[in-house]
Amino acid sequence: MRVNSSIVVNAPVDSVWSIVTDPERVLSYMSGVTRWEVVGDLPRGLGARYRMLFRIGAAEVGGLIEVVEFTEPTEFAWTSVTGLDQRGRWRLREAPGGRTRVELRLAYGVAGAGLSGWIAERIAAPSVSRHVRQTLRQLGRLVEHEQLRERAARRRTGASHS
Amino acid sequence: MAPADTTRSARRNGHEPAAKVDAPEPSQSRSRSTSLLDRAWRELSGLVQRRIPRADLDERDPDYIREQLPLFWLFSSIWFRGEVRGLGNIPDEGPVLLVGNHSGGNMIPDTMVFTVAFSTYFGVERAFYQLAHNLVLSLPGLSWLRKFGTVAASPENARQALTSGAALLVYPGGDYEVHRPSWQSDRVDFGGRKGFIRLALEQDVPIVPVVAIGGQETALFLTRGERLARLLALDRLLRLKVLPVSLSLPWIVNVGDFGHIPLPAKITIETLPAIDLRAEFGPEPDVDDVYDHLMRLMQDALDALAAERRFPVLG
Repeated sequence: MRVNSSIVVNAPVDSVWSIVTDPERVLSYMSGVTRWEVVGDLPRGLGARYRMLFRIGAAEVGGLIEVVEFTEPTEFAWTSVTGLDQRGRWRLREAPGGRTRVELRLAYGVAGAGLSGWIAERIAAPSVSRHVRQTLRQLGRLVEHEQLRERAARRRTGASHS
Repeated sequence: MAPADTTRSARRNGHEPAAKVDAPEPSQSRSRSTSLLDRAWRELSGLVQRRIPRADLDERDPDYIREQLPLFWLFSSIWFRGEVRGLGNIPDEGPVLLVGNHSGGNMIPDTMVFTVAFSTYFGVERAFYQLAHNLVLSLPGLSWLRKFGTVAASPENARQALTSGAALLVYPGGDYEVHRPSWQSDRVDFGGRKGFIRLALEQDVPIVPVVAIGGQETALFLTRGERLARLLALDRLLRLKVLPVSLSLPWIVNVGDFGHIPLPAKITIETLPAIDLRAEFGPEPDVDDVYDHLMRLMQDALDALAAERRFPVLG
C-alpha cells in the first residue's frame, strides 16, 4: 500500500533538507513516529541506519531501516531491513518564489501475509495517510518558524552593525 | 494408555512431579483399575499427554509470526482496541521474565494483544516464548501456537528458554486466575504461586511485570468450578484445578470453556519497569518478600487501569 502527500513550504530547499535528514529532529515533526534512533556509526547519509517505530492501531510497527538514496538536497529515501516492509521518500523540489514543494511517500506491507495482510494494509491506510499529512503540516510549521527566527536574527545583527 | 506411558509422555514435556502424581501406588492399582470411570479418565489423560508436543524451542518460526502479525494486529486493533503501554521498560536485549496477570478464559485475549505488541516493537527476530497450560497446547487446531513460541508450562522449559537468552512470558496465576469471576476483574491473583521468582533468581534475569485489564469482560465468568474439578478428578489427571462456568457466546452457558467468541472488550496492558531482584532485595532475596512486593506493584497498576475504565466492555 502506498500513501503520499505534498505541501509547499515557504522556505528554501536547503532549509527543508537539513531538517528532514537530521535524525535528531524526526520525532519533533513526524506524526505517529515514537522512535527514530541511529544504529551504527553513521548518523546521516547514504547507508545510515535507524531503528524506527510508528504507532498504528494496537501496536508500534517498524524496525531497522536503511537510507538508500541521499541526493542533496532533493531525494532522501529509505527501505526496511527488518520488521514491516516499507519504503519511504522525501522529495524536495524548488518552487517559485524561493519556496519548496515537499512530498512524503510511504509504501508499506508484509510480504507473504496473504488476505489478512491485504485487509490490514487497507484498514491502516486512512490512519497512515492522516499521519503523513500531519507530518507535512508540522514540518512546514517547523521550517517556516525557523526561517522567521533566522530572518529576525539577521535583522538584529544588521541593526547592531549599522 | 498405561500409567507408565503417561509418565513417560509427561516427562518428555518436562513434567516430573505431575507424572509422579499420575502413577498410582502399586497396592492401590489393583482395586482402582477395576473402576471403569477411572480407566476412561486415565485413557483421556494419556491421550492429552500424547498430544502435548515435545517442547522444542526451535519450533518458534519468526517468518510465520511475521506473516501472521497483520491478522492478529487486526483482531488486536479492531476487536479488542488494544493498548499496550511501557514496552520501553523491557530491556532491549538479553533474557527477561515477563510476569503477567491472566484474564479472559481460555481464549487468552490479553496474551494475543501483548504478543502482537511485543513482536512488532522488538521485531520477530527477538526470541520470545510464552508458557501455556498443557491442555491448551494439546487442543486440536492450536498447533500454530508452537510456531508463535508457545511451550508447555514446566520449570524445565522455562529454564531452557531463559538460558537461550529469550524473553519469556509467564502467567503464574494460570488457569486459576484466568477463570476468576468477572467481578474480580481488577484483582491480581496468582493463587500463591511463587515458582517464577525462584526461576528468575536461579537464572539471574530481571522480572518485568505486565498488568492487563479487560480480558475478564470478554464473557461473564461466573465461577472457577474448583469443587467440580476435584469431584471429577480433573486435577489429578489433567493438571486442571478448575472447571470454569461462564456465560459466553455462542454457548450461552459455557462449562469447561473449550473456546468461545470473546466480547469485544477493550484491553489495556501496562508494562512496568524491570526489577533486578538482587539489586533491590540483596544477594539472597526472600521469595515471599519479592512475591508480596510484586503483588503490591501489580495490584496498584491494575487499580490505576481499573480507575480509567468507565464502562465494562467499552472501556
